Amino acid sequence: MADTAIHGSIAAETEKGVPSHATSTGISNEKLAMWVFLGSDCLLFGGLISTYLLLRHRSISGPEAVRNPADVFDIPFTSVSSFVLLFSSLTMALAVGAIHRGDVRRCRTFLLTTALLGAVFIGGQVYEFTAFVKEGLGYTTNIFGSAFYTLTGFHGVHVSVGIIFLMSLFVMSLRGKLGADRAETVEIFGLYWHFVDIVWILIFTIVYLIP
Amino acid sequence: MAIVERPTAPLELAPGAAVTARPLGFFTRPQGTTGWRSWLTTVDHKRIGVMYGASALLFFFLGGVEALAIRAQLAAPGQELYSADLYNQLFTMHGVTMIFLVVIPLGAAFMNFLMPLQVGARDVAFPRLNAFSFWAFLAGGLMLNTSWFLGGGADGGWFAYAPNTGVTFSPSHGMDFYAIGLQITGIASLVAAINLVVTVLNMRAPGMTLMKMPVFTWMGFVTQLLLVFAIPVISVALFLLTFDRLFDANFFNVSAGADPLLWEHLFWIFGHPEVYILILPAFGIVSEIIPVFSRKPIFGYPFMVFSGIAIGFMGWGVWAHHMFSSGLGPISVAAFSLSTMFIAVPTGVKILNWLATMWGGKLRFTTPMLFAIGLVTMFTIGGLSGVTHAVAPADTQQTDTYYIVAHFHYVIFGGALMGFLGGLYFWWPKAFGFMLSETLGKWHFWLTLIGFNLTFGPMHILGLQGMPRRMHTYVEGYGFEFWNMVSTIGAFVIALAMLVFAGNILKSWRQHRVDPVNPGPDPWDARSLEWMVQSPVPAHNFDEVPTVSHLDEFWHHKYQENAEGKVVRVATGAEAAQPGDATGVHLPSPSYWPLVLAAGLPLIGYGLIFNLGIAVAGGFIVLLAGFGWGYEPADDPDAHHGPHGDGRGPGHDDGDAHAGGDGDGERDEAAEPEPAGNVPAEVTVGAGGNPADPDAGATDTATTAPDEDGSTDG
Repeated sequence: MADTAIHGSIAAETEKGVPSHATSTGISNEKLAMWVFLGSDCLLFGGLISTYLLLRHRSISGPEAVRNPADVFDIPFTSVSSFVLLFSSLTMALAVGAIHRGDVRRCRTFLLTTALLGAVFIGGQVYEFTAFVKEGLGYTTNIFGSAFYTLTGFHGVHVSVGIIFLMSLFVMSLRGKLGADRAETVEIFGLYWHFVDIVWILIFTIVYLIP
Repeated sequence: MAIVERPTAPLELAPGAAVTARPLGFFTRPQGTTGWRSWLTTVDHKRIGVMYGASALLFFFLGGVEALAIRAQLAAPGQELYSADLYNQLFTMHGVTMIFLVVIPLGAAFMNFLMPLQVGARDVAFPRLNAFSFWAFLAGGLMLNTSWFLGGGADGGWFAYAPNTGVTFSPSHGMDFYAIGLQITGIASLVAAINLVVTVLNMRAPGMTLMKMPVFTWMGFVTQLLLVFAIPVISVALFLLTFDRLFDANFFNVSAGADPLLWEHLFWIFGHPEVYILILPAFGIVSEIIPVFSRKPIFGYPFMVFSGIAIGFMGWGVWAHHMFSSGLGPISVAAFSLSTMFIAVPTGVKILNWLATMWGGKLRFTTPMLFAIGLVTMFTIGGLSGVTHAVAPADTQQTDTYYIVAHFHYVIFGGALMGFLGGLYFWWPKAFGFMLSETLGKWHFWLTLIGFNLTFGPMHILGLQGMPRRMHTYVEGYGFEFWNMVSTIGAFVIALAMLVFAGNILKSWRQHRVDPVNPGPDPWDARSLEWMVQSPVPAHNFDEVPTVSHLDEFWHHKYQENAEGKVVRVATGAEAAQPGDATGVHLPSPSYWPLVLAAGLPLIGYGLIFNLGIAVAGGFIVLLAGFGWGYEPADDPDAHHGPHGDGRGPGHDDGDAHAGGDGDGERDEAAEPEPAGNVPAEVTVGAGGNPADPDAGATDTATTAPDEDGSTDG
């Protein structure tokens, strides 16, 4: 459901290029909607993280070797891919800065870089999932597997949706439709992207680092 | 999106103004504003509200038939009208339908129709998203009900306790339809909630501070905030259930180590705010009705607002009172017991304020007023039985008995639904331009009240005698026979009452066709801004966005203090109202994409259940519609603007632009000043007779801006 809602907000936000200053709060409708949506999305991840925390040590079925999180994780590898994702927040911020200065070309470059970094993260997640499955931890193997893949999978879907939007913005920019007047579009998308990164900090800490 | 209008800018888009993006070439842009097709593409919040209401009443019929089937089966002991399995499906689908497809969308109908009007806006913040919300709700509701033809309805109760709803115990596809259908209606509610929250925060007329908003809008606002935060929680629960059932995940698989309490917690963390989502809009409605028919302002307006907010907050801290018998441990039980008792306080404040509003008032017992009083009394009974649940030892005795059934019908039917029925009578002339018959309305009310108490009153007794809920039948000799028969008779009295209601709508409509009598903008001598526009409401709502200086702004246009300090009438409603003849108001254009996008969602659902190929097709439609939507400008530059297509004349334009600008200038200063350069530029353009949309103009400039490199191909 999250995907569609995000889509809705972004789509609506691109409806109007220039932020409206005529709103009662002074914040544009589109930006306010994104904030409200992100507030809602906090609860989505809150529910998923709570579920994971409740279930991660409760596996009593499936092979012994993959019942505990500590048995399967490859922390150095995930640290690197986490760093890549966090780095993409920097490039996203640079893209927003560039468009606010009216530097359309640099904004476009940073948007593409952000998308590529996000794709590297997703690639890492795919690699990681494949490795875990090879070790014997499938989605249905045990309760830890179900909870782990669902939580990280939902985050992965959020990143993937973000990449789709980044590419859409990139194409818009190539076609000359993402000028400085649409700086707020980039900024609002940036809110989403930073949110997804912050959620990953939580997930990485809670799922991987805390034993 | 001229709805988010810049007040100082002209409201009209020039013919031939630059288009920033072209719609994908699949559909020509819908243009019509009449005929059935226009309803499919409309983005008008009033029409969407009407469609919410009509769909909800359709589902109300379905849920009512299910209820009658349940009561027929229970009329006498030892009956076997149909199997226990079908009985499970009937009570589950009855509950799911009534809560998710009747009461929530009825609330949505009122909130969609009224909240933009009451805050003095021309539409919601995102008109197309609003249309999408409705279509997604309808798609989810219809999908859920198609389960009857595709292997049987959901059969695990409306709260669907896992693992009882796993494939092992519920092997039909019913629970899959439940999980995915509700997921889709959840998307609809979430999108609508974001939309209305932004509308209330951002689209208020100048001078309409938060504490000048009508109580209905306040309650709607709290409701939408509850939805924003409650929907994702039920989404998580429904996702987990879906993954368990369709992809063999282990979330509720006890043999793999699952904890059955997980579902209960997730469900009720959503489920208890949900009951306030059901009731708060109805509280808002009676808070509008009672002052009008008591000829007094609402008593203790700030208390009404803050008690609503308090209910909104405390509603998050009481969910485990649904789980007292699940073995939570004494500390949790004591804590939730206390918080449950506390939440009765703000609710009591509301009831007290309604009584105090009526106290000493000049009461007029019209049909809306009768229903409002019905809510106050019936909800109080339901609230009192609710307080008995807060006492954990008593609750342990009452759990899973008919006492619980009696309680929640008193609050949801006697509370929410009574309020909505009153609201329908109250705002019917505003929406459709004719009154419902008062005589039949009173029959409707009294039959409803009597039938309701006959049906659900005896359930208190049955429950305390120990009759369990969700039982297919019962044996003779336990003393259940008499009250069950009374209850069944009552259910059919309610059905009769609803027939009277349907007859009332039909008769009043026919009468209106034969001999149209317009009730005028203000048939009830009412108080808030929606009565300041004509009935039915013109497409553009306000000719001129009003500047608000009082709570009950419209009332203050009609009544003022004279020299002796006495309040006297200075204008009739018709005189104080706007004539509704504005021209050249630029409205958001209709669109096919919300409907297309919403239609893709149930396809994904069917696909997940039956054949992944359909899901891929559905996903493709969603993606396509998403991009089509994104690349379609919210305003069609070729469209006629406003209901009066001739409003192109320079004179009209000027008048309108000034009318909009006068009042709004103050807000600009209050919010954020426009760049100074803007205004003269627009005046210049406006003087040319074809004022350009500032958005389109700005973007156009950017497209051809010299900082672009050679790759610009437009």
